[in-house]
Amino acid sequence: MAINNIIFWILAVGAIISALLMVTRKSAVPSALMLIVTFCFLAALYLTLNAQFLAVVQVAVYAGAIMVLVVFVIMLLNLRGEVYAITGNWKTAVGLLAVTGILAQMIAVFVMANDILPKGLHSKSTELGTVESIGTKLYTSYAFPFEMASIILIAAAVGAIVLAKKKLT
Amino acid sequence: MSSLSNYLIVSAILFMIGAAGVMFRKNVIVIFMCVELMLNAVNLTLIAFSQFMGDQQGQILVFFVMTVAAAEAAVGLAIVISVYRNKETIEIDKLNLLKG
Repeated sequence: MAINNIIFWILAVGAIISALLMVTRKSAVPSALMLIVTFCFLAALYLTLNAQFLAVVQVAVYAGAIMVLVVFVIMLLNLRGEVYAITGNWKTAVGLLAVTGILAQMIAVFVMANDILPKGLHSKSTELGTVESIGTKLYTSYAFPFEMASIILIAAAVGAIVLAKKKLT
Repeated sequence: MSSLSNYLIVSAILFMIGAAGVMFRKNVIVIFMCVELMLNAVNLTLIAFSQFMGDQQGQILVFFVMTVAAAEAAVGLAIVISVYRNKETIEIDKLNLLKG
């Protein structure tokens, strides 16, 4: 019981610290690397929730595919010499105030709702997150949205090529 | 096992860090990565609710969110490349073509 809690808090604090580092880095490459670390922590958090399939997809799609694409674009644009720090004017102060206000509100709601929220994982949770059960659901009840997702991916691939092309002839 | 509200609080913190990054950063690519972080925070909420309530639909939705995020990454980065080709910068303050 206690060891689960310790693992959860280590992963949660790691995810939050790496997300903060990602937002505060001055240049884009360290930001991208810290975001990959955040995604890996989040995948581990999915594992603590018994969602094995989504943890693997998280590492493969997010930390693998999407972040490789982002790092590739950073390399292509060659942003050396351009430094983007967080500016310290009054607009930043207002934004920070808004962010902390909304965050405090959300945390207050979650703490107050603690009594009506379920205390432990559902008894079926170990079988809900497996590849088998999610695959069965995807290919039966959600077959149409699944095929739509493949059309979206094809459209995105074609659209990316068209947008990034120099001349459309 | 940690209770559901702990997961919700962690995902709220991650979401607001991402929102702060979208507001404060100047580099389009970093803003883009902050949007990905916000998507992931919402995914954590969906998976937590799905596993605590014993309903699989949340995890199916997370799967589709990941698909759309991959498509969005491809198209968004292509737009960034074509903007850089035309304007020689991706600093958000200098991209004011639609400013009156």
